Amino acid sequence: MSACCLVASTPAHSQTDADGVMMSKNNFCSGVMYNYSSWENYWEGTHKRNNANLGTVSTQMLGVMGNYGVTDKLNVLFGIPYVKTKATGGQLHGMKGIQDLSLWIKYVALEKNVGNGVISLYTIAGFSFPVSDYNADFLPLAIGLHSKNLSLRGMVDYQVGNWFATASATYVVRDNIKIYRTSYYTTEMHYTNEVKMPDAAQFNLRAGYRSDRFMAEAFFSKWKTLGGFDITKNNMPFPSNKMNMTAVGLNVKYNIKHVAGLSLIGGSNFTVAGRNVGEATSYDAGIFYILDFTKAKKSSHNPKKS
Amino acid sequence: MKKIFLCLILITAFVLQQSCNKKLDEVNLSYQPLSPANIDLNAGTWKTILIGVPDSFPSVAKPVAPTTPGYIAEINEIKSWQRNITGEQKEIIKYWSAGSVLRWNEILRNLVAKHNIPPYQNEDGTYPFPSAANPFAYPVFPFSNPPYAARAYAYVSAAQYDALVAAYHYKAAYNRPAPYKIDSSVNALIPKSDLPSYPSEDGAVIGATIELLKLLFPADLSYIEQKADENRLYRIIAGANVRSEVEAGEALGKAVAQKFTARARTDRAGAAIGTSVLWAQLESQTAATGEIPWMSQEIPKRPPMLPLFGKVKTFLFDSATMVSIRPPAPPSTKSSEFKTELDEVLYYSKNPTTERMKIVQFWGDGVNTPSPPGHWDAIAADAFVKSNFSEVRWARNMALLNMAMMDAAIACWDTKYLYFNPRASQVNPEIKTLTGLPNFPSYTSGHSTFSGAAATILGYIIPSKATVFNDMASEASLSRLYGAIHYRSDIEFGLKCGQRVGSFAIQRALTDGAD
Repeated sequence: MSACCLVASTPAHSQTDADGVMMSKNNFCSGVMYNYSSWENYWEGTHKRNNANLGTVSTQMLGVMGNYGVTDKLNVLFGIPYVKTKATGGQLHGMKGIQDLSLWIKYVALEKNVGNGVISLYTIAGFSFPVSDYNADFLPLAIGLHSKNLSLRGMVDYQVGNWFATASATYVVRDNIKIYRTSYYTTEMHYTNEVKMPDAAQFNLRAGYRSDRFMAEAFFSKWKTLGGFDITKNNMPFPSNKMNMTAVGLNVKYNIKHVAGLSLIGGSNFTVAGRNVGEATSYDAGIFYILDFTKAKKSSHNPKKS
Repeated sequence: MKKIFLCLILITAFVLQQSCNKKLDEVNLSYQPLSPANIDLNAGTWKTILIGVPDSFPSVAKPVAPTTPGYIAEINEIKSWQRNITGEQKEIIKYWSAGSVLRWNEILRNLVAKHNIPPYQNEDGTYPFPSAANPFAYPVFPFSNPPYAARAYAYVSAAQYDALVAAYHYKAAYNRPAPYKIDSSVNALIPKSDLPSYPSEDGAVIGATIELLKLLFPADLSYIEQKADENRLYRIIAGANVRSEVEAGEALGKAVAQKFTARARTDRAGAAIGTSVLWAQLESQTAATGEIPWMSQEIPKRPPMLPLFGKVKTFLFDSATMVSIRPPAPPSTKSSEFKTELDEVLYYSKNPTTERMKIVQFWGDGVNTPSPPGHWDAIAADAFVKSNFSEVRWARNMALLNMAMMDAAIACWDTKYLYFNPRASQVNPEIKTLTGLPNFPSYTSGHSTFSGAAATILGYIIPSKATVFNDMASEASLSRLYGAIHYRSDIEFGLKCGQRVGSFAIQRALTDGAD
């Protein structure tokens, strides 16, 4: 679900595939997330502009997510969103549909006391693929890019008491996509319905406070397409555009005192720089619940460090 | 557990590696070398479009005898290229040997797509227009919208055709064999042919095309020259022509093109943009009839696209004929029939299905594409490569197709600006479109007119595919209703008018001496 761009900009929130928190063995945390993201300005190449014929482009996303602790050190995660887009200006019809199913395997490769804190190294492998026949070739109102993505992430987390910092780097391999046209123009004509998607890299830095009850963090994330081409002046975007974005945001999570295993999350983020993407502002909220299949006491999201 | 994880890593790595194979299968790059079933040696007698009987081009002098030192030196040039042939040069041969009419049509489609982007507005909310006099300034000249594109394809194809008929006339007259026939140590790197090689058919195509493109795409001449260099070099390295044959062909092509550039300068296309007075007048005169006039739905409002393109000089019939094939008035915007058609558009807007979206997208041919005529050229090219046409027959068929589509554009634009009918989304703002909304009146549909014309002439050229082409035209036409940008009347009358235009191309084909 690590999309970006002029499409459904997936929040960098996650609480899942990019954070230093693991589910304990046999615990299953699942929930729903709602995200609202919109932009009025976008970058056409490096030129920032608005477009009265689009007005404000918004994306609403309702996602189901889950995280299962196979062991304390190995989690399997999934996410699947329903996405709906809309433009307030111009004539173009919005799109809606189920987007891509994402799966991740998250593994704690190393955990070590360093100084007063604990340092942990993670490797995370992700795979995402479209689960409906949605049309990627309808940017900026397409609900996604319809590519199969493989991502490999290395992550390091350092926690001292309740304070933490997490940094990760991800390489995303994106498979060719198929569109409904049999020819298209990038920087020249191509006579095929297949589009070569450039790979992408993602960097993420987050820091904050986490306890059994409460988590608050600020983050900085960068998505960079490794290749692709710019939208030319007054042209329409295309799935294989070079799409870069830098966003900053905040996330909070609160574990409800009276109902063990129930938590609420919320967050927002802002695109501060970009190329061929919208200058999006995004808000999200979600509710998660932990089921414990060991029949023992319900574990929190963050058992290993409490 | 560690084993499972290791296993997963390995699977991931494998899929990752598989995914890295991103090479595209591009249809046009797999076309085979031209190997015509019939070399059409008599094509010099075919009916030309503008140049009359092609026997008076003094630039095509009698070629020297193959025994002269000059010719031998040229043969040696081929041998020296062939001795040091590079991988890149082999690729050039592979690409160009599919035929120069085909490849230049592709290059033209590339240029049309590149320039098919509406100009961005000025600060004050007006719009700039590209200027042929200053082609590099923004907006770069031209804005190759569908009518501009249709005209460009037609002129280039028609000029190539006349140039090739002239070239074939001299080929038959001088009957000089190809270099690989004269000197057996010259390798034929393309299929051998009995077609005389003086003057070069590729040279004729290059000469004619460059002259037209100087006029049509003046900001891209460096790209065009680079392609021409490849085309010239291919003929020589492949052993198909000595250099002077290419040069003689090119000089002939240029001379032929003069007739076409002269026509293009005076065909009234240059004035098709109209004036602000005219734009206002179109609106007020329609309003005066009590009908709802078309209005631009872009913000800021953009002037209508080429309102006087309907006045451009046609290739296949005269202006009186155009009036006679003009579609009748659309349903009055006050009528119940109109309301019914409007509701149908609303239905398609509200109920997109994947199947219909595929059709809408496939035939979208909007911004940054070769436009509908270019799409039909691509469809034609795919069919022609399987038909083993000679170079001159390729040109003749492309000329018929593209003249038909240019005349279809003229007839359609004439209709659009006569009735100045509003788009459905203008009348009912609930209607949102599933493809880009074109900035010109609704009635009749351009796609339908282009497609009717194209399918009709293509069905004549390749009768076994007539039904396929007609079905495609119907689908292209319907795609505009599915996309919620056209009423049913627009597409039905557009298709019909296009078919009438196509029938004039058939009439020409029946009498041009090629069949």
